[in-house]
Amino acid sequence: MLASRSWLSRPLHERSTRLFLGVLLASLAVVTLLNLALPAGHTLHVSTYTVTLLGKYLCYALLAVAVDLVWGYLGILSLGHGAFFALGGYAMGMYLMRQIGDRGVYGHPVLPDFMVFLDWQSLPWYWHGFDMAWFAFLMVLLAPGLLALVFGFLAFRSRVTGVYLSIITQALTFALMLAFFRNEMGFGGNNGLTDFKELLGVDLTDDATRLGLFLATGVALALGYLLCRAIVASKLGRVCVATRDAEARTRFLGYRVERFQLFVFVVSAMLAGVAGALYVPQVGIINPGEFSPIFSIEIVLWVALGGRGTLYGAVIGALLVNYAKTVFTGVMPDAWLFALGGLFVLVTVLLPRGIAGLLAYRRPRRAAPDPSTTPREASA
Amino acid sequence: MRMIRSLVQGLLCLVVVALAAPAAVAAPDDDGQALLEALDTRSYADKGQAIEALVASGDERTRRWLEALLDGKLQRHEDTGRFVVVLENRGRQWPVIDALTFAAAGEMSRRELDRIGINNALRGRLQSTLAVLDLRVDDVRARREAARELLGNVEAAMLAPLQALVADEADDEVKRLLEQAIAIHRLAQGDAAAVEGLAGSLNPEARAALSAAARSDDAALAEAASGALAGIEQKQKLNRGVETLYFGLSLGSVLVLAAIGLAITFGVMGVINMAHGELMMLGAYTTWGMQQLLPGQPGLALILSIPAGFLVAALAGVAIERSVIQFLKGRPLETLLATFGVSLILQQLVRTLISPLNRSVVSPEWMSGSLMINEGLSLTLNRLFVLGFALLVFAGLMLVMRRTRLGLEVRAVTQNRAMARSMGIRATRVDILTFALGAGVAGLAGVALSQLTNVGPNLGQNYIIDSFMVVVFGGVGNLWGTLVAGLSLGVINQVLEPWAGAVLAKILVLVFIILFIQKRPRGLFPQKGRAAEG
Amino acid sequence: MNFLTSLADRDRVFDFLVPVDSPVDVRHGPILYLEDVTVSFDGFRAIDRLNLTIDDGELRCIIGPNGAGKTTMMDIITGKTRPDTGRVWFGSRHDLLTMNEPQIASLGIGRKFQKPTTFEALSVFENLELAMAADKRILPTLTARTSGEIRERIEEVLTTIGLVELRHRPAGILSHGQKQWLEIGMLLMQRPRLLLVDEPVAGMTEQEMERTAELLTGLAGKQSVVVVEHDMGFVRSIARTVTVLHQGSVLAEGSMNQVSMDPRVVEVYLGAEADEEVA
Repeated sequence: MLASRSWLSRPLHERSTRLFLGVLLASLAVVTLLNLALPAGHTLHVSTYTVTLLGKYLCYALLAVAVDLVWGYLGILSLGHGAFFALGGYAMGMYLMRQIGDRGVYGHPVLPDFMVFLDWQSLPWYWHGFDMAWFAFLMVLLAPGLLALVFGFLAFRSRVTGVYLSIITQALTFALMLAFFRNEMGFGGNNGLTDFKELLGVDLTDDATRLGLFLATGVALALGYLLCRAIVASKLGRVCVATRDAEARTRFLGYRVERFQLFVFVVSAMLAGVAGALYVPQVGIINPGEFSPIFSIEIVLWVALGGRGTLYGAVIGALLVNYAKTVFTGVMPDAWLFALGGLFVLVTVLLPRGIAGLLAYRRPRRAAPDPSTTPREASA
Repeated sequence: MRMIRSLVQGLLCLVVVALAAPAAVAAPDDDGQALLEALDTRSYADKGQAIEALVASGDERTRRWLEALLDGKLQRHEDTGRFVVVLENRGRQWPVIDALTFAAAGEMSRRELDRIGINNALRGRLQSTLAVLDLRVDDVRARREAARELLGNVEAAMLAPLQALVADEADDEVKRLLEQAIAIHRLAQGDAAAVEGLAGSLNPEARAALSAAARSDDAALAEAASGALAGIEQKQKLNRGVETLYFGLSLGSVLVLAAIGLAITFGVMGVINMAHGELMMLGAYTTWGMQQLLPGQPGLALILSIPAGFLVAALAGVAIERSVIQFLKGRPLETLLATFGVSLILQQLVRTLISPLNRSVVSPEWMSGSLMINEGLSLTLNRLFVLGFALLVFAGLMLVMRRTRLGLEVRAVTQNRAMARSMGIRATRVDILTFALGAGVAGLAGVALSQLTNVGPNLGQNYIIDSFMVVVFGGVGNLWGTLVAGLSLGVINQVLEPWAGAVLAKILVLVFIILFIQKRPRGLFPQKGRAAEG
Repeated sequence: MNFLTSLADRDRVFDFLVPVDSPVDVRHGPILYLEDVTVSFDGFRAIDRLNLTIDDGELRCIIGPNGAGKTTMMDIITGKTRPDTGRVWFGSRHDLLTMNEPQIASLGIGRKFQKPTTFEALSVFENLELAMAADKRILPTLTARTSGEIRERIEEVLTTIGLVELRHRPAGILSHGQKQWLEIGMLLMQRPRLLLVDEPVAGMTEQEMERTAELLTGLAGKQSVVVVEHDMGFVRSIARTVTVLHQGSVLAEGSMNQVSMDPRVVEVYLGAEADEEVA
């Protein structure tokens, strides 16, 4: 047990991790303070609306960290992480739906509104248990984890990597999107799950709840970051980097590469699921749109912009792009897609190491290796 | 005012009478009047007989009379007993023509007119009688139409004239239809021998008659009818099979068109071009633009769009290659992201410059319509054209790859880039040309697609994932693989659709491919040997 | 009937007789034994009824013109390529054809690739650490700590390959020769019984080559080493026994002198040139 504690606590001794956690926790504290201590009219007051918006960004940041873990360190470009995010979100959404109870529009004691509307007589089997918080929260981890396990097992076993894997992950999320759009699936079809009332007995519209969710997301991000950092800094992390750069070589060293890939992929999917679960109560809805391939590929852009293979870069990228999106879609909605498209091109062509790469460039070169110096994907 | 009006009417009458004069039969027309009077009776049975008498008379005006009777426009003036045909029964005063001469007879108040009424039974009888009449016209198409009309509507009284007609009929199709119509009638009368005449017919009336007979008490008849029904079922199954195959091949040909350009760029450059769908969109919009330039000549516009669409997309491809892809050599995943960015920009560009709404492209006349194989099966021409077009494009690409210097260089670069370079092949030039070729083919795909769906900014997006699946399924760098994979995925999709639904079919196909690459990670036709290990 | 013939097959070792994770049994001499191995790609026979025996502790050089099947042979031994027919035994206990790459690697067969493939983003030290024989399952790897004993072992190998000073630099910045040595060092970390070394001196300077020759001859005796090499001078400097491959099978075997006198070898190696001169 001593050994396992040591691998988990290892990142706490790293300067960069301490810096990251310090900035994150300080920001959480400042936002909380500005929200609670200052009156609503004050220039520095952070409104609850903004707090929720920031909470949403933090969910995206956690999602980006999950993607960076597989892309930056394992070299697997997943274009389907939105699916894991959405599955976590749906698990949470199902719990929140069951919490509505008989307060829905149709007032049915058990069935959610959309099932009453579709004239369903009883709850489908896979909706059972979601009235219990512990079960739902377990599902937040298990649903994306299982999908990643099955999918990853099939993909890695037959050594599907590189571009092929990217395309297949994209197809995966696309297929799930189509499936969730169907009313017969029992997940609310087009409209998804919404009209949530309360979480763990507290009112979701309450200002305090919203602040609490924001803080919970911040803590989740911190823990998720720590976990990823711990994995990356362990020998297993080095095996991952070795796999990324020379998969066949790693195999000849006696590592079951596909198992390492699978392990990290599943961890990443579960993190994405947690991000999705925290996202849903804050935005108040989950629908099949989260499965859309374009969302998944956008996540990758956040990571690329921030600088992959650094973890903190993913967080920076997610916050920046989503802030820009909020601003742009407010001011000139038409220009957003141009900006997004341009960003994709500029980042890949001019900033292959992202913002983190720029930061590292200013500092004197360290002796220790930077994982993103030689990005050599397995070419297809 | 009134005088002028009546004067004009009078003049009009004169003109019409003058025109109608040759057609009109001699003035004191007692025969016609008598025939029509027989119709004016309360008893529907008598009316039926009167109709038969009319037909038997062979009077040339019979057709118009019966049509008027069918429409309820054959009416009789209460006072004069004169038969008229109402031209338009709206308002109080109805314009009429004389039923015997068909000359204009001014207007009559609707109160003065009595309608010669018919009931539903008579209406059916009239329709079939009219059909028999139509069978006497010279136009073969009209005769076929009339014969088809008769299926299930034959009356006992019509049998004799119909059989005479069959004997005289020159056209085989008309003959066959008439025989079937007669057989349906006979079958309804319990004639087991008629079953034979209906065996294999795909007409719904014939099938209805057979299934009615199959339920009859006459065991022999029922058995014969069931046998024939089973035969028809078989034939229909075959028809459905052919139809599914056709739709599948059609969908597959679209997939092949969409994927083949992708396969080239992916195979040669290892580049995943996410903007490929948008290049297709450009091709489709070129077709639309060409039609705007040449209004009223959709055919010419379409033909000109083929080279134009190729050029537009190819130029766009060169622009993408020069501005983005050349800087991302050897980084396939980055290329994927960058070209995705390009696709977003292109889509938004079209939305801003043209419209976010769909544009419809007119199909030229020679592409609309369908090819009738048999009664239960007709194939739409536009799909057939697209299928042919896809095969042509494929053959063309094969020729380019096998027979030209460019093809040789492309294959060399595909197999071993470094080696090809060292042999003096300018890989950069090959890259540009290959990408242009791949993009141009996407443009062609767009031109073809514009004939099947609406042209809109999302056109490309809808096909991109499917085309990737085709490339993955078929194996990289192998055009045959793309062809086989595209066509078979199209067919699989269509086969699954009836029992799984469109969405589920798509999901099943995706799952199938995911499982397929378990067995063959490099597709149907993988490249072998060291080069493929990369 | 099949059962009877299989009983009569005296080379066969029944599965239940093979102890799990047994050490390599070399009491009968050879550590590696290839018999009648054939493999073809798209109808082309890359290896054609190849027979080869390597003794324990031997340093063997394998030469042959391009396309003779040297790399394919390595691929078969390490499990990357499955032969169409034939048998491949490691010691007299392990049938390599029933194992996958990691299993074969963990038996103690190490391979150095033609092109040096080190993990460029990781430091020299980390490269060696990954290569070390250890529990390579997921959780042990995740919780692994670099103990003093491990450090010592790594330092020892660092000294052998002469990269002590560079231990914390990323492998990506090493020179070509240094990468080759690092790769040999990585093989040593696995404590292999059999080392397969593919063209170790391609692109090396004279001095680097000498250093490599020292390294390899130093290893022989403790380990069995199979070297595939083009450079005749280098082979002459290290070889005791040389095997010549041609068109996928063994053309000649013996000391360097014997082999270079063999007229068939001369023809294979010089024939093409002679023809060209005539033409």
